[in-house]
Amino acid sequence: MDASPTSLPDRRNFLTKIAAVITGVLIAAVSPIAGLLVVFDPLRRKSEDGGLVLIASLSSLPETGEPRKFPVLATRVDAWNRTPNVPVGAVYLQRLKAGGVRAFNVVCPHAGCFVDFRPNQGHFHCPCHDSSFALDGKILDPKSPSPRPLDDLPVELRRGTEIWVRFQNFRAGVHEKIPV
Amino acid sequence: MKAALAWLEQRTGYQKLVHESLFENVPGGARWRYVWGSTLVFCFAVQIVTGLALWLAYSPSSQTAWESVYFIQHQMWGGWFLRGLHHFTAQAMTVLLAIHLMQVVIDGAYKAPREVNFWSGVVLLLLTLALSLTGYLLPWDQKGFWATKVATNIAAITPVIGPGLQRIVVGGTDYGHHTLTRFFALHAGVIPGAILAFIAMHIYLFRRHGLTPKEPRRRPDAAFWPDQVLRDAVACLAVLAVVVFLIVRQHGAELGAPADPSEQFSAARPEWYFLFLFELLKYFPGGTELWGAIMLPGLVMLVLVAMPFVGNWRLGHRFNVGFLWVMLLGIGLLTYRAVRADRSNPNYATAVRAAERDAHRAIELAESPDGIPPTGAVTLLRNDAFTQGPKLFAKNCASCHRYDGHDGLGGQPKDPPAAADLKGFGSRAWIAGLLDPAQIKTPRYFGGSKLKNGKMAKFVQEDVPSFSASAKTDLTQAIAALSAEARLKAQRKLDQDESLIAAGSKALIGGTLSCMDCHKFHDSGEEFGTAPDLTGYASRDWLVALISNPAHVRFYGERNDRMPAFGEEKQLTAQEIGLVADWLRGEWYQPAQR
Repeated sequence: MDASPTSLPDRRNFLTKIAAVITGVLIAAVSPIAGLLVVFDPLRRKSEDGGLVLIASLSSLPETGEPRKFPVLATRVDAWNRTPNVPVGAVYLQRLKAGGVRAFNVVCPHAGCFVDFRPNQGHFHCPCHDSSFALDGKILDPKSPSPRPLDDLPVELRRGTEIWVRFQNFRAGVHEKIPV
Repeated sequence: MKAALAWLEQRTGYQKLVHESLFENVPGGARWRYVWGSTLVFCFAVQIVTGLALWLAYSPSSQTAWESVYFIQHQMWGGWFLRGLHHFTAQAMTVLLAIHLMQVVIDGAYKAPREVNFWSGVVLLLLTLALSLTGYLLPWDQKGFWATKVATNIAAITPVIGPGLQRIVVGGTDYGHHTLTRFFALHAGVIPGAILAFIAMHIYLFRRHGLTPKEPRRRPDAAFWPDQVLRDAVACLAVLAVVVFLIVRQHGAELGAPADPSEQFSAARPEWYFLFLFELLKYFPGGTELWGAIMLPGLVMLVLVAMPFVGNWRLGHRFNVGFLWVMLLGIGLLTYRAVRADRSNPNYATAVRAAERDAHRAIELAESPDGIPPTGAVTLLRNDAFTQGPKLFAKNCASCHRYDGHDGLGGQPKDPPAAADLKGFGSRAWIAGLLDPAQIKTPRYFGGSKLKNGKMAKFVQEDVPSFSASAKTDLTQAIAALSAEARLKAQRKLDQDESLIAAGSKALIGGTLSCMDCHKFHDSGEEFGTAPDLTGYASRDWLVALISNPAHVRFYGERNDRMPAFGEEKQLTAQEIGLVADWLRGEWYQPAQR
């Protein structure tokens, strides 16, 4: 009763404001948070490591060491769809003089286009921004916008004839070879 | 009527709003140079209307996006026009934005107190470009797919946030359903919503500060209505006329072949107004791309945003105007260089032709009686002999064989032909050529292979020329009979001559021609003799078996030259061998009337 008559409404006003702001923030926050969870969901998705994939037989590679392109058949996962045995990418295979096989991912490390092999010039060339690569995958023209050589992939020869490749894609546009 | 309007006025006060929008003061009277903002609002309205209509028929997923756009474009009433209107108005908007920006800067309309309005305009410019970028992907054709892949890969090099940002936009590690749902949500919801908000702000601020008059004022001030409104409307009409002209000339917007992440697309280019950025990237060698793709454009945007402050300095306004002209010139030059490089690049021309061929074919197949399967249109092309045959031939066969003198795709392999030209293989003309003494040792037949020294070549060059008239008739009939074994689609009518075929079969197994000395034909001749079995010669089964293993006793046995056993050695799958066989035999879907 002895409190000053003006302080009470002030304090009540303050509490009202706090309550209004807190309630406001609460009711406003729920839907964006719920939405943001779905927005950020792709961050936890990992690409499937397909392991080794059988690509071709050794006899399908020219003795000359000229690279040939082969599709990589594996299970393609697209959100809710799983499609087995479809092309998920492609590789260039070449027979090495010293024996064995070299495999490159056909994707240009610059921006993700597929590189062409030009048999007449004997090198790889990207049709998008003109990066060029030597037969061993190294950058040929120093002006090439590609930050690194073609991405080579681990190869395993089984039973002397079967070429198995560990197929992987790598992040484009950076010096380091970082799997995606 | 009057009473009703009065009632409405009392409840809403709408007359004030109408009055405000129509009777805004135009200092110095109506002028053509003030129309650009209105044309942009008009274009955006067209995009909302056409966009909503397209939305009614569009379905964003990797199995339905291309398919639903195809349906809009080729099956629905006026769909091609609607899509064309949306597509070309988007292009018009980009051009108009550039003009509007130039005019605002030249007239000094960005200076105090209009800074915030200028910035809202810059944001609108970026939002509109984002609309173009996201819209380009939605048809899910090869062009949109690859351009978007490149664009998002470039965005991913942004330090720190790049890779995460890319993943969020793409909807995962790979491009698919969620790329489409996300791009569509951005294109049809988030970005247009933001644009609406910014347009509201832009127009509110514009009204608050009024129009920036171009000095000297030629006439006294006037109201917006009707003089300026008429000018604005005529300008919008002109924009619309250009857009309609483009729609009719191009017959709507282009729709490429359905996106196939595993199919090379060497004709990948961004939309023409992004070509300068595309070209710019070529000048940044490996590792410096960040400068070309992110820093440089970012710097340009920074200068743009700083213009209102720069404009306060003594020479600031001149700098701003000069900067914009230099930018425009630079963009023009880079675009020109990109176009010129492509024009003089035969590989690019080939890639564009291949892309057009696939696009045309995809639509042809979609329109076929079988239509598009639930797996999507991409499987139509993957299973189409007409599309895959030449590609498989060029890759696997053309190092030795030719098809009408080329590698199947129109190219020329490095080495001369070492085996027969297979155009028309199994047809009467082809077999007649093989049995022609003048032709058998040419590169078209056995000229390049070791078969030129074989018994068959010897027979054709030594025995056939001395044939009697009746033996020659036998030969012609035998050719007809052998060719009928192939059951070629193109020869169906000719093969109906049963008496000729019967006579030919007789001649084939008869002694005059002595075919059965080496070959087998149905029940006659050697049991898998020393030459290929002629039973079902060049038929689908025969061809598939030959390609699978030419060294089988049924074919060349030990005398097989260099041809690999594509099936046995798993160089080609059974489906691929079937596609090559079908293509060589001219066996693919053709629409009733070409």
